[in-house]
Amino acid sequence: MKSIFDEGDPIELWVRVNGVARTISVPPLRRLLDVLRDDLGLCGSKEGCGEGECGACTVLVDGEAVLACLAPACQVDGTDVVTVEGAGFERVQAAFLDHGGAQCGICTPGMIVMTRAWIDACRRDGTEPTEDGARIALAGNLCRCTGYGAIVAAALAAAREDAR
Amino acid sequence: MQRFIGRDLARPDGPAKVRGEAVYVADLRVADAWVGGTVRSDVARGVLRGFERDPGFDWTRVAFVTAADIPGENVQALIVDDQPVLASGAIEHWGEPLALIAAPDVATLERALAAVKPLIDPAVGNFDPELSTKVFKSIRIAKGDVDAVFRSLPAGAIVVEGTYRTDSQEQLYIEPQGCIAWPPDSDGTITVKGSLQCPHYVRKALVRCFGIAPEKARVVQMETGGGFGGKEEYPSVVACHAALLARAAKRPVKLYYDRHEDLAVTPKRHPGRVKLRAAFGADGTCLALDADVLFDGGAYTTLSPVVLSRGTLHASGPYRWPSARIVGRVVATNHVPYGAFRGFGAPQTCFAIERLFDRAARELEIHPFALRRKNALVAGDTTATGQLLEHSVGSVQVLEAIAQSSAFDRHAWCVPRAESGAKRRGLGMSFFFHGAGFTGSGEEMLKGRVRVDLLPDGRVEVLAGSTEIGQGTNTLFTAIAADALGVDVADLALATPDTARVPDSGPTVASRTCMVVGGVLAQACAELRARVGDGTGAWRERARRFLASGGDGSVTVTYASPAGVRWDDANYTGDAYPVFGWAADVALVEVDVDTCEVDVLRFWTAVDVGRALQPRLVIGQIEGGSLQAVGWAQREVITTRDGRFEQDRLATCIVPTTLDAPRFDVTLVEVPYPHGPYGAKGVGELPMDGGAPAVLSAIEDALRVHATRVPATPERILALLEDSSAIAARNT
Repeated sequence: MKSIFDEGDPIELWVRVNGVARTISVPPLRRLLDVLRDDLGLCGSKEGCGEGECGACTVLVDGEAVLACLAPACQVDGTDVVTVEGAGFERVQAAFLDHGGAQCGICTPGMIVMTRAWIDACRRDGTEPTEDGARIALAGNLCRCTGYGAIVAAALAAAREDAR
Repeated sequence: MQRFIGRDLARPDGPAKVRGEAVYVADLRVADAWVGGTVRSDVARGVLRGFERDPGFDWTRVAFVTAADIPGENVQALIVDDQPVLASGAIEHWGEPLALIAAPDVATLERALAAVKPLIDPAVGNFDPELSTKVFKSIRIAKGDVDAVFRSLPAGAIVVEGTYRTDSQEQLYIEPQGCIAWPPDSDGTITVKGSLQCPHYVRKALVRCFGIAPEKARVVQMETGGGFGGKEEYPSVVACHAALLARAAKRPVKLYYDRHEDLAVTPKRHPGRVKLRAAFGADGTCLALDADVLFDGGAYTTLSPVVLSRGTLHASGPYRWPSARIVGRVVATNHVPYGAFRGFGAPQTCFAIERLFDRAARELEIHPFALRRKNALVAGDTTATGQLLEHSVGSVQVLEAIAQSSAFDRHAWCVPRAESGAKRRGLGMSFFFHGAGFTGSGEEMLKGRVRVDLLPDGRVEVLAGSTEIGQGTNTLFTAIAADALGVDVADLALATPDTARVPDSGPTVASRTCMVVGGVLAQACAELRARVGDGTGAWRERARRFLASGGDGSVTVTYASPAGVRWDDANYTGDAYPVFGWAADVALVEVDVDTCEVDVLRFWTAVDVGRALQPRLVIGQIEGGSLQAVGWAQREVITTRDGRFEQDRLATCIVPTTLDAPRFDVTLVEVPYPHGPYGAKGVGELPMDGGAPAVLSAIEDALRVHATRVPATPERILALLEDSSAIAARNT
C-alpha cells in the first residue's frame, strides 16, 4: 500500500460486492484491492506484487477479470465486483482441491477467479475449453509451487464439468 | 494396516485456501498496530557516521530505532556472528538495514522515511568472488590419488575439462516476507507472528537480539505463501526488526515488505563457478575427477558454509569415481548476502558435472545415456567421501524408467540430421542424486523432536515445529499419524507451529520433513498406540479409558540417526547423508534459430523417493521443483550492478508462466529406505538439481553448442552460435 493512492478528496463509491450493495467514502484513487481488504475486510484477494504482474489479486468486475491492485476505486463506481469469497466458485474450488491445484495457497484465489472468468468466457463465446485455452487464460497468474500442471488440470476439469 | 499411506488424502488446509479464508500475515487485523519500515544503505560498502533527521518533521509521532536501541546483542544469530541486526559502523552491502521506523499509518511512515538521511562515507566494494580475500568456508574432499591418475593415464584415456557458471536465482514465493510483532507483555514475553519456515530459528534470533531467555520469545507461523528456502533464515531479520519497533512504539508493529523491497534485499541462490577436469577410460569408465568450486557468499556468512558443503558433496555427481578431489570455497563480496534456496548448493555443482558428462560423451562418441548408465553409482559402491551406499539406491531404476518414458537412450543425440526452417528441436538428459536430511552430523546435533498428546476427548494432537509452506506437511503428518496410530483422520488435531507449544523438530528445510520428522512422528504415534493398547472399542473410547485409568498420554520422541552412520567433519569423509534420492530428467526443447529463444516443450522425470507416502504431494514437489529448474535454465535472469540486483520488480524479475511451462511426465520409482517412515526419503530439493543441465543438454542437441552458463539466455546462445560459426568459417 502506498499513501499516494489515498490522496484527494473522498468520493461516495457505490459498488455491489459479492451481491451486497455498498456505499463507502473512499479516496478516488484508492486501489480496489485496498478497498476490498481494508475497507470491506475481504482478505481473500492477495497482494503478490502490487504492479499487475502476479495475478493474485484477480477479481471480477462486471464479469471481467480485473487486477484489483491496478484498479482505482473511482473506476469501479457503479459496478458489480465478485471476489473469491463470493458465490459461483464452488465447482472450480472443488476441482482445485481434487487435482492438487492449491499448495501454498497464496495464488489460489486469483487462479480460481481467473479460471471462472475463463469458463464463463468459453460458455459465452461457445468455445470448447481446451488445455491450451486454459494455459492462455491463466498466463497472467503466477504460481511458484505447482509447475502449473495440476492447476491447468483443475481448470480444465471444472470447465468440462460446467459444460456438462 | 496402511489406510492413508500411499493414497491421496484431502489437504487439511485446502478448503480454507480455495475459499480465500486462509489467514496469511497480511490478512491479520490487529487493533492499534503501527506499520514499520526500514532505512537502508544506498551504497554497497561504507561507514555509517550517523543520521541527519529533518527537524521539520515531528519525530514524536513515530518510533525511530537504531543499533543503539538493541537491548541484547547486535547480532543476527545464525552460524557466525558477523551480521548485525542494524549496521552501527561498517556497511557491507547495498540495502543493508541501518535504522527502523514505525508510524501510525503509511503516509506518516513514508514522510518519516523521506525525512531521515543516513550519513555514509562510501568505500569501494568488491563484487568479484575470484578477487575476494575473505573466505567464509573452505572444504576439501579427497578420495584416492587424483594427481597420480592424471600423470599416468592408460592408453586411449581422455581428459575433459570445463568451467561452468551458474547465476543467482530468486525464490519468488508469491507472498512477500512479513511479520507482526507485539511489544514485551507483562512477563516480558515477545510475540512474533509471521510468514516463515523455521519458527525456532526466529526464536533463537530474538533471544540473542533481546538478551532474553528462550521461553520469553514466542514465534508463531502464519499461513505461509511459499518459501523454497527464502523463508529459512531471512524471517529472523524481519522478526528482529519488527520486535525492536514494537518495543520502541509500545504497540504491535507490522513489518511487511512489498515486492520491490523483497526482491531488492532478500537472499537469493549463491552464484557459482565450478571448474572440472575429469579423466575417462577409452570405454568411458570414470577414472578421476578434479573439481574446484567457488560460490559468492555475499556480504555476510548467513548459511554459506552449509550451502558450500552440500555443493561440494554433490560435485562428483551420482557417479563411481575411483579417485576424486573436490575443493570448494565460499567467499565474501559486497553483494546482498546469498542464502538458502531449494537445492542449497547442489544445483550449481550438479549442473557442472552433468554438462561435463555431455562433453565427455561427445568426445568419447558414447551415447550420453550409456555413459551415465555405465558409471552410475549402485549399491555397494562408495561416494567421493567414501560413503558406502547400502540402502535405497534407485540409480539404475530411475535410468531405466527415464529410458522407458522418454526413449532418450535411443535418440541420436548431437548427431547431425537434415533440418530446415526456423525451429530446431533437441532432447537432452541429466542424472542426479540429492542427499536427504542435514549434511554430516547435522541431524545428530539438531535432535529433532515431535510430541503427540492425547486430548481429553480421545483425539491425538500432533505437535511439531515443521511448517506447512505449501509442500503438504499437514497432509503428510495426518497420513503418517493416522496409520501409525490406526485411527481416522477425524481423530487427529494438528498444532499450529508456535514455539510456546510445539517442540523444536528442526527446521523445515533440507528435504527432511518427511524422512526425518515424519519418521519421529511415526515412532511417537506407535509408542502412544502401544500405551493405549489395541483392546476393544473405537480409538477415542480406548483413549479416554486409558486417560481415566491414569495413563500418560503424552509421548515425545527425539530423532536418532540409524546405527552405523558416521561422519568425519574435519576430513569430510564418511556418511555425508543418511540416504540419497535419485532422479533422471529428459527435456525436449524447440529453439528458434533466429531469436535463439528456447521453448521447453516436454519434460520427463523419473524419481526414486523411497516411497511416495502421498503421491499427489510428491508429484507436486517434482513438477514445481522441475519448473523452477527449467526457469533457471533459460529465463530467470538475476544480475547485479554496483552490488544492487537489477531485477527488483516483478516486471523485470521473470519466472515461468503457464505458457512457459512444459508438459510434465513424472515416473515415481520406489526403492524403500528402511530407516524412513514407511520407506520414504526426501524429495523437496531433488527436482531442482536436474532441470538446468537437461535443458542445456537439449539445446546442445538442437544447435551443437555446448552452453556452460545458466541461464542460457537467447543472448548467450547467440554468442555461442556466432563463436561456433566463426570457428566453422575458419576451418573451411
